[in-house]
This record gives sequence, structure tokens and C-alpha cells, in this order.
Amino acid sequence: MVEELGKTTEGDLVINVGPQHPATHGVLHLVITLNGETIKNVEPHLGYIHRSIEKMSESLTYRQFIYVTSRMDYLSAHINNHACALCVEKGLQVEVPERAQVIRVIMDELTRIASHELWWGAMAMDLGALTPFFYAFRERETINEIMEETCGARLTMNYMVPGGVLQDLHPDFQRKVKEFIQLYKRKIHEYDELVTGNIIFQNRMKGVGYLSPEDAISYGCSGPVTRGSGVSSDIRKRYPYEIYDKLEFDEILETGCDSFARYLVRIREMEQSVRIIEQLIDNIPEGDFQAKTKAVLKLPKGEFYQRVETARGELGVYIVSEGGTTPYRIKYRSPGFSNLSVLNKIATGSKLGDLVAMMGTLDLVIPDIDR
Amino acid sequence: MQNEELKTIIAELLPAAAFEEGGEWLTVQVEAADLLALAGKLSNNPELNFNYLFCLTCVDWKTHLTMVYHLRSTQYNHHLVLKVKLNRDQPDVETLSAIWRTAEFHEREVYEMFGVNFLNHPDLRLLILPDGWEGKNPLRKDFEDPINMIKL
Repeated sequence: MVEELGKTTEGDLVINVGPQHPATHGVLHLVITLNGETIKNVEPHLGYIHRSIEKMSESLTYRQFIYVTSRMDYLSAHINNHACALCVEKGLQVEVPERAQVIRVIMDELTRIASHELWWGAMAMDLGALTPFFYAFRERETINEIMEETCGARLTMNYMVPGGVLQDLHPDFQRKVKEFIQLYKRKIHEYDELVTGNIIFQNRMKGVGYLSPEDAISYGCSGPVTRGSGVSSDIRKRYPYEIYDKLEFDEILETGCDSFARYLVRIREMEQSVRIIEQLIDNIPEGDFQAKTKAVLKLPKGEFYQRVETARGELGVYIVSEGGTTPYRIKYRSPGFSNLSVLNKIATGSKLGDLVAMMGTLDLVIPDIDR
Repeated sequence: MQNEELKTIIAELLPAAAFEEGGEWLTVQVEAADLLALAGKLSNNPELNFNYLFCLTCVDWKTHLTMVYHLRSTQYNHHLVLKVKLNRDQPDVETLSAIWRTAEFHEREVYEMFGVNFLNHPDLRLLILPDGWEGKNPLRKDFEDPINMIKL
């Protein structure tokens, strides 16, 4: 049986899922080889939303290219911008004011909650329940409104710039974030009641999509996908940036290695994000929100690499500079790209119906994969 | 492990390795012919244990191509950057997908974007570009697309 997997033989059925399919959350195209109901091979076809952001960035200045990155992982727009801003600051050796650092971390964590909320609702919807989606959006909308007030946008914020943040916080920011935390704490148990403790969901997720710790590392997975296999990979803990080393929060590890473990990691990560925001929201230092930088930024000749933990995992920004005002080469190491590559490994041998549960817990965002 | 110790061990593994300083992490320049053997040793050596390839990419320097591999060890938290210079007209290099499985996908991307030919790759096909793509490799510096590319 095992030897046959991956080879097409007579009686196999090849089906296409996507590029327009609700469960792929975007324009992902999977070519699946089936034997009966058993998956023999899953082959992703990418590029339906490829915009060549790397090539585009080569002709944009260091202030401009950050705006394009909001369009990669649009659910973690803040964190993408953050990675780029940090990378440029590393090259310029700019000291970011403490106020800006705190604002950035709060924004990152709000983004992480909003992203996981959407994942949670969409994942439940994939598995056949519509209600959780509306529960998730109830909280997510509150975050989007907070973002909109301060940043002027709901999805592509473009709020983080080299040296700090674009503008100061809205006067209502602190009050609204505190209100959100109160709301969140009142409602979070509903998530567990609706989905986590639900026996139907558990049956559909437990033992599905087994990913061993060795494979998680070898396939370059990151974020909740590795942590569901018990591999510590949180960049915030292991290679801290900004003020993460001064904050108290736990890296969530689960050892189940299956879809349910990855599910639990994300649910519990939201609680840690709330914990981080609670530590910071009353302690935003006074001062500048942006360091003084030149109008035209020029990075010295060299190579700069910066990684951050987005909601999906490790995002790396690799800038090769020749000393000019535009990068010579930029590479975005996107978490989704590596996480997708493991899909064939974990799906082979399981039933077609389980594929949606696996894809759901990989938390794929297609523009992030295609770039 | 500190850079100096890494240097000593790698110099023993491959005496021809050239080290670069100044970057955030230790950088090693190797010949394309030595890459596969060195990569295998880096991943298998219990003192080094470079088990995580977190970034694989290529840079077009107009005169040549450079493959860049960012490695780290999840056990020891040390880092290493491997660089391989390739001939621009005939860029051949061994695949590393047998050592780090993530290389399979990343190499397919580099193959279509830069035209690097990965020898012994299990599945070297277009990944992002549409089927039947003909013409130059988009991320090379001499790529021109008068319709879709807008120069500022």
C-alpha cells in the first residue's frame, strides 16, 4: 500500500479543488489524486494571485516598499509592515522611541487576535458550522474599528514606518482597547463551548493530519503549525525583537501533532496576546512616536535579515543593499509558503473529507504564499 | 555556539571554505561542487545540527548568480549563511531537498524565477508561473515586460 502512494495507477481519480473553492480561502489550486476516498497525492498549483512583490520592491524606495507588504498576508498587515520597518531600521541603525515600540507591540498583538479570530470562524465554517463565523466576526470587528480610528484603514494599515509609527494614537485608543479586552474575556468561553468542546469537531480534528516534529522542522514549518507538534519556534521568545523580552507571556506548545493540537495552540495564543496587551495598555510611555529620520533613506551596502512572528509563523525579510535608495534584492520568507509544502506529506493516506480539516489548521493565506 | 567555534569546525569539514565577516551571522562561500557534501555534514554533525533551512533564495549580480541559504539549529540556536556563486549562463547546482525537505518548494521557486538548474531535484517544474511560460526568468535583472512593468 505504502509503495503505491504517490503513483497514479489505473482506477485512480484526479480531481481539482480550487482555484475557486470556498475551503481554499483564496485562489489556491490543489490537484488531488484519489484512490477511492483515500488521498494518494496532493499537488498545489500556485500563482493565481502572484504579483511579484519582490520584483516590485526592487524599484520602490525604502519608505515605499513597506506599503506593498500589507498586501501579502493581509490578515497580518501590521506585522508584515513591522518586519520591514525593523529590517530597514537595522540597516540604518536607528533607535526607535520606546513609545513607538510599545504601540507597535500592542498593534501586533491585536492583529494576531484578529487573525486568529478569522481563522477560527473560517475553520469552523469549513467543517460545516456557520454560526462560529459570526461569533468570531463580532470580536474581530471591534478590533478593526480600533485599527481604523488610529491607522485610517481596516485591513491594509500601513501604520508602521521606519523609525516608528506613522501617527500618534487616537485619544480613544486606550479606552477602546480596554473595552475590547473586557468584551473578549466575557465571550471567550463561548468559543470553547461552541467548537473546542464539541464532540463532532473533536472527532473531525483529532488524529487528522499527523505532522511529526522532525517533519515540521525539515519542511521549514513555523508558527502554530510547529508548536502543535511540540517544537518551540516562537520568534518572540527565541529571538526577541522590540520589547518582547521584557514581557510576560507563554509560548504555547501542544504535543498532539494533529489538527486538534494546532487548533488548541491558536486558541490559547489569543489568550496570551490579551495578556501582553494588558501589560502594556496602561503603560504606554510618553514621548515621540517616531524617531527622526532623513526624508530619503539610504541603507549602507550589505545584507540585512529580520524575522518576526506573524499570526502564521516566521516571516523573514532579507534585504540586499548596494547603498542606494532602493533595495537591490528583497526576499520575503513567507510562513505560508513553507507551511503549504507540508500539506502533501500530512494528507497522503488520509480521507478526502479530512483534507479540509488539515488545510484549515495550516491557516493558509494565499496572497502570502504567492507574494 | 559562537562564530569562532563554528568557523573552526567548518574549516575542518571543508578546508576550501571562505568566510565572510561583517554580517549578522557567519557567512561561508563554497564552490557549487562542494555544496552538497558540506550541507550533509552541517546537518548531520551532532555538534552543529543545522536542521532548519529557514530561507533559500538567489541574488542576480548581473555577472553571476549567488545562491543564499540561511540555516539555523533549533537545538543550539546558532546560525550560518551559505553562499554559492553560479555561472549566469549555466547555473547548475545540486539540490538540497534530500537534506532539508523545505528546499524542494523553495528551489522550484528559484528555478522559475532565476533559471537555476537544480541537479537531481525530484520535481523541478514551474510552481508559480503559469504552465507553458516561455521567456526570461522574472527576477533576473535583465527581465523586461513592457506591458506590465511600470518604471517609476
